[in-house]
Amino acid sequence: MARALIRMPTQAKKGEVIEIKTLIAHPMEPGVRRDSTGRLIPRHILNRFVCTYNGEEVFRADLFPAIAANPFLTFFTVVTASGELAFQWTDDDGTIQTETTQITVV
Amino acid sequence: MATTLVFGAASALGQDAHPPTGLRPADTRSGYFFTSRETQAMQDDDSANPGILWVQEGEALWRKAASPGGTSCASCHGDATVNMKGVAARYPAFDARAGRVINLEQGINVCRVDRQAAPAFALESRDLLALTTYVAHQSRGLPIEVITDGPARPYFEAGRAAFFLRQGQFNLACAQCHDERWGQQLRGHPISQGHGNAYPAYRLEWQSVGSLQRRLRNCNIGVRAEPYPYGAQEYVNLELFLAWRASGLPIETPGVRR
Repeated sequence: MARALIRMPTQAKKGEVIEIKTLIAHPMEPGVRRDSTGRLIPRHILNRFVCTYNGEEVFRADLFPAIAANPFLTFFTVVTASGELAFQWTDDDGTIQTETTQITVV
Repeated sequence: MATTLVFGAASALGQDAHPPTGLRPADTRSGYFFTSRETQAMQDDDSANPGILWVQEGEALWRKAASPGGTSCASCHGDATVNMKGVAARYPAFDARAGRVINLEQGINVCRVDRQAAPAFALESRDLLALTTYVAHQSRGLPIEVITDGPARPYFEAGRAAFFLRQGQFNLACAQCHDERWGQQLRGHPISQGHGNAYPAYRLEWQSVGSLQRRLRNCNIGVRAEPYPYGAQEYVNLELFLAWRASGLPIETPGVRR
C-alpha cells in the first residue's frame, strides 16, 4: 500500500471553506520511457482521484501520464457537517487506495 | 576573486587548524538559498514535501523487526525522536567497529548486520533511503558538527584533496564551481556552494529521494569523470570534508532540490 499524506483542519465552522492537501507516493510511470536495455517501461499511473464528503463527491481529478511522480493535489471544500472525508486514488492496475479523515463542525 | 584572496590569506597565516575551505564562514549558505521560491515553499510545507513520504516509511521500518522474531531499531534505540536527535549532524564519523570513517547509511547497515543479524540493505535501496531519511530528519534544524581529528583525520585529508582535485574530461575540481563560482549561473541555474545538509533530499529531477552520494555521482558525470560506485570510500571521505565545510549549517532533511 502506497503511503499518503493528508493535511486539513480537523475542526471548522459550518460554512467555512477549508483547504485540503493530499500527497501520495506513486511512480507515475508515463509509459513512454525505456529502460537501460531499450525496452519500453509499461505505463503505470494513478488515473483518478476522488474525494467524498459524507458520501457526496466534492472533488474529482483525472490524472494523466504527464503528471509527476508522487502527485500532490490541493483543493478546497465548504464545511457542511461533521463527518468523514474519504480520499480514493485509482491505480492503472485497478487497485484503489482509500484514506479517510474526520472533520468536526464546531 | 574575493574568495580566492581569503583562501590565500588564511593559508599564509595558518590561523585555521584545518586547511581552508575557500569559503568564508560568514558566506556559508545552504543550497536552499539557490533554489527557486516554489521549491523552497515545497520544502517548507511538510504536507507538500514529498520527502516526508520517505520519513513516514522510515518510521515504519524503525519499528519493524529486521527479521522474523528479531529486533527492530526501536528495540535498542527506543524513540527515534529523542534518541536519534543530532545523530545525523555528526556523520560521517569514524566507526571503531568498521575501522574507518562511515556515513549514516553505512552506520545503519553496520547496526543491521552486527546487532540485528540481518542482511545489509542495498545502498540506495528504497528501504535504506527511507530509514536514513527518517533518522536524519530527527536532526532537522540542528547544526552540522563532525569530528575531523583523531582517527578520522586521514579520511578528512583525503576528502579535502578530492575536493580540490581536477577530474574528468572537463578537468574540473569541486572547488572551481562550488568555492570560486557559487552564485553564478551554470546551464541557467545558480551554482550552489555544494553543501550536503539537505540530504537525503527529494530532487525534482529524480522524482525521488536520493542520497548525497547519488548527487556526488551526478557531479562526477557532469564533469565527465567516471563516478565511483555507491559506498566508495572516496565518496565517504568527500562527504566528511563537505560536512566539515558546512559546519554550523542546519540539517534540512528531507530537503527539496530542483
